[in-house]
Amino acid sequence: MTLNNTIVNEKIQIRDLNLHIGQQHILKDINCRIPEKKITVILGSSGCGKTTLLKSLNRLTDLYPQVKINGSVELNGQNIYNGIKDINDLRRKMGLLSQRPAPLPMNIFNNVAYGLRISGRTSKKFLRYRVEHYLKQANLWEEVKDRLSAPASSLSIGQQQRLCLARGLAVDPEIILADEPTSALDPISSQTIENRFLELKNYYTIILVTHALRQAKRIADYIIFMYLGEIIEQGEASEFFLHPKHDLTKAYLRGSFN
Amino acid sequence: MILRKISRRLKDMQTTIIMVVALCFVLSTPLLIAMGLGYKSMALFREVPILNLIFNSVWEPASGNFGFLAYIISSVLITLLAILIAGPVCLFTAIYLTQYARRAVMRFMQPVIDILAGIPSVVYGVWGILVIVPLVSERLAPYFNVQSTGYTLITGAVVLSVMIIPFILNILLEIFRTLPIELSEATLSLGATKWEVIKHVLMRKAKPGIISAFGLGISRAFGETMAVLMVAGNVAKMPHGIFDPVYPLPALIANNYGEMMSIPLYDSALMVAALFLFLSVITFNAVSRIAIYRLEKKL
Repeated sequence: MTLNNTIVNEKIQIRDLNLHIGQQHILKDINCRIPEKKITVILGSSGCGKTTLLKSLNRLTDLYPQVKINGSVELNGQNIYNGIKDINDLRRKMGLLSQRPAPLPMNIFNNVAYGLRISGRTSKKFLRYRVEHYLKQANLWEEVKDRLSAPASSLSIGQQQRLCLARGLAVDPEIILADEPTSALDPISSQTIENRFLELKNYYTIILVTHALRQAKRIADYIIFMYLGEIIEQGEASEFFLHPKHDLTKAYLRGSFN
Repeated sequence: MILRKISRRLKDMQTTIIMVVALCFVLSTPLLIAMGLGYKSMALFREVPILNLIFNSVWEPASGNFGFLAYIISSVLITLLAILIAGPVCLFTAIYLTQYARRAVMRFMQPVIDILAGIPSVVYGVWGILVIVPLVSERLAPYFNVQSTGYTLITGAVVLSVMIIPFILNILLEIFRTLPIELSEATLSLGATKWEVIKHVLMRKAKPGIISAFGLGISRAFGETMAVLMVAGNVAKMPHGIFDPVYPLPALIANNYGEMMSIPLYDSALMVAALFLFLSVITFNAVSRIAIYRLEKKL
């Protein structure tokens, strides 16, 4: 396994992470670093543990009582599985974009404002300003500015995903966790999201889970390639695509993966 | 070959016909009940205007006074009280079992709930007489400085609430179990605490379901007869407090049908009571359906 030495600022460091669900060994000896303000793509076929790895980063795995975790995940040098005081604060640092958008059962404005409200920012003027700002960042403002009080579920699925992006950005996270965020979207909505990511990486550390090779080629700076719960290969995206080292990687890149 | 084809097609027709007949049977039952009740009620409606029946509380069948107000108020009050007790209990239990409890607890609770739902009504009645009636007359009423036999509005409501809990709880459990986990994950990722997720997102998302569960509970409570009849006191007077006896509509019918039929219009009056019950349950259903429809549009 090659750990790339060119990473200077690492945001997250995972050491010897093992995850079991009941008797099943889902993640095996995961060791990797995730660079700050870059797009790191976790690549692999379905069922290889990509999503589980992503969820273990902000401890959403706590929701599943059968999950057992060993090892450490360090965010800014602090292990999130040991001695972390405020789990809500930890999660707030990581915006989540899931496979299918999960808009909150409220109107469009409140979807974006919700995270701010629960953290105590309730001034109307402030909320209005921030909601507009982040809806613009997610490239949604023009489409919804006249119907902010409409229910979020009335939006198209592509719009809902951008709303979820705005909602996640509004709480000012450091990291964006994206779990195949474009798999349910039409090509144009997908492209919008990808383009946003390319701009957002100047401010945020982005971790994107995908099985789409072409998407990884388009936007990845750094690749973590997984197979059956193990990291097979990781490194700079250019290096990964031009000079893959492992046979499995070569097979995956050729598209002749069983 | 051709014969086989024909026989298969015949079989297809045959099963379709059976299904349509079954459907017609189901559809015609409520219609026939409504027609029967309406027909039997006409005798009384012809003698007394309907508003006089509803807004009059004097019940003296022998002298031709059929005022249903006390019965209607009894039914409404006992149902409301029962749902006030059962509603929060079910809601909190459902949330705890689906969001907090370990799976083993849930696995243990499911058969308990099913057993509660399967206990015959008359057993609840006996339990009410043995436990709740003395509790009310010896402890609760004296605590409020009231003399009471124990056969009261509150006794009936408590027994009734215990009876509808398994029904409401089962529906609520199903609703909370089917909420997408992505919704919780998304809300937690915004920095929400567990309770905030439940209060702001899950409960809101589940609201149409919660309303329909309560609506079904109300319908059931309104028509429940046996257990209520055994503990509610059955005095046809307007109740002035929770320690007064009440006489709900189903108890009126069950207690008197087949007796005192020599009194003119008496059987017609009982049919009117049944008609009120029937229409009320339909109205509950309609109202909760409209509420659900409106809410779903807003979510």
